[in-house]
Amino acid sequence: MTCMLQIRQLSKRYGGLLATDQLSLSLASGELHAIIGPNGAGKTTLIGQLSGEVAPDSGAIEFDGQDITALLPAQRALRGLARSYQITSVFPEFSVLENVTLAMQAHRGHSFGFWTPMLAQPALVEPAVRAIAQAGLSERCTSKVSELAHGERRQLELAMVLVAEPKLLLLDEPMAGMSHQESGNVVRTLQGLKGRYTMLLVEHDMDAVFALADRISVMVYGRIIASGTPDDIRNNEEVKIAYLGEEALPL
Amino acid sequence: MMRNTLTAWFVALVVLMLLAVPAYARLANEPFALTFVSRILVFALAAVSLNLILGYGGMVSFGHALYMGLGAYVVGILAQHGVSNGWVQLAATMATCALVGLLTGAISLRTSGIAFIMITLAFAQMFYYLFVSLKQYGGDDGLSIPARSEFGLFSLASPLALYFTALALVLLSLALTRRLVVARFGMVLQGCRINERRMNAMGFPTFRYKLTAYVLSSMLCGLSGLLYANLTGFTSPAYLAWTLSGELIVMVVLGGMATVFGPLVGAITLLVSEEILKALTDHWMAVLGPLIVLVVLTARRGLYGYLLDIDAWRARRQRAAANATGEQP
Repeated sequence: MTCMLQIRQLSKRYGGLLATDQLSLSLASGELHAIIGPNGAGKTTLIGQLSGEVAPDSGAIEFDGQDITALLPAQRALRGLARSYQITSVFPEFSVLENVTLAMQAHRGHSFGFWTPMLAQPALVEPAVRAIAQAGLSERCTSKVSELAHGERRQLELAMVLVAEPKLLLLDEPMAGMSHQESGNVVRTLQGLKGRYTMLLVEHDMDAVFALADRISVMVYGRIIASGTPDDIRNNEEVKIAYLGEEALPL
Repeated sequence: MMRNTLTAWFVALVVLMLLAVPAYARLANEPFALTFVSRILVFALAAVSLNLILGYGGMVSFGHALYMGLGAYVVGILAQHGVSNGWVQLAATMATCALVGLLTGAISLRTSGIAFIMITLAFAQMFYYLFVSLKQYGGDDGLSIPARSEFGLFSLASPLALYFTALALVLLSLALTRRLVVARFGMVLQGCRINERRMNAMGFPTFRYKLTAYVLSSMLCGLSGLLYANLTGFTSPAYLAWTLSGELIVMVVLGGMATVFGPLVGAITLLVSEEILKALTDHWMAVLGPLIVLVVLTARRGLYGYLLDIDAWRARRQRAAANATGEQP
């Protein structure tokens, strides 16, 4: 297995708070790696540093064999590092298809086309339709996003990330605020994508994490205190004390 | 292409009426009607250009009359120096507006929201005072244009030629808008309005696209200035006053922001009701003001938006009816 993502000694300080503390982590190609940890452990800050929206104070991020620490978010996105957002930030006035096609357009270089309608360009629309199907949203293809339910918007968010066929997917709480049934849909969708994409998943839904992840890292106060297979984590004493309390995991 | 919708019938009706205006003016012996509707068309062209950045791009420019004034002054200044060749004037207008649009746009678009409104206003005022201070070109009093633009085949000295040129340009700009806003470029532009941060995250260099739209809009607006100078035979700093910029915004908002046909509807509505109310009362502004407020408050997408809403409602009802009959057998 080749290494897709290598994080070395990453640090980020907000005033007196060390959000990321000398953090090192590596992801193998094709792996689904989950990061769990209590609120305020610095998971979203870490995702922000990987996507390029937050600049680290020190350390290095290597993606697909290249140092990307100094690259802008857009440059990272174009190299195949895609993130989905914890707060859905799609385009509510557009239809599902328009949203995903626009995301496809971002990966096709220039957008100085002034005449042919975007939706009349198969090179853009066909991958978009495929991605929408992958995200399980085919039935809502022509619906306006403002008419979608919360869970469907998260699926759309996923389709917009998938359309570019990224090498690495950063999934920031893809199941946040979802009903039990909706999160079940997302788990099935992600299971279908496993192996094809390398994924870094930040999620609070423990059922989902333990069902999906190849490996799990536990983050507390900006540091990773344990890393291993779901079984390792479940039986790790330090994790139980630091994160899950004295009680055993309810699994 | 044209479906059987209210908006399609409405657009067809408006275009037919505009085509019939010259015949009416001649038969009813009311040459003023032709001049008046010409003025509407000139402002409609400016409003269409503003709608591109304000409606679709979400960039509220409060200085768009600047480009109308620039177009008018290019015609005026060239004519004063004996150049009344329309093609030369056209090229000079386009070049001037593109250059000024590029420079002021590159600076203004570093900001957004209120700051953008103020900075576009500031640039327009800068040029306003520049033309006030140019005494050799009339200064405060404005500049009479000795000869109208000659385009070889036709001359804008003829009111009829001016009218049809303006009408053709308005229709062309509407067709262009209709294609542009759903093409790659237009979708990016609209994306910038709805969620610019996300556009950046997706890898779009948004500044470049917004600047292109701004320059395009400036050039289109310059065209309206060229026509306006020919219509009035005159140009003055008032042609780039902030009140005129405000009037253009009102036209776009009243007719329907981010709708293709809205700016034309807005220009017609504002100027016609102004004319009617002026004949009725000296206090016409006191009547027109509340009317505008009413439309803006009740219609999300202006007057034209009402029609679009009715069409959408009818389409939904038809779909529902089709579903109902489909289930019965």
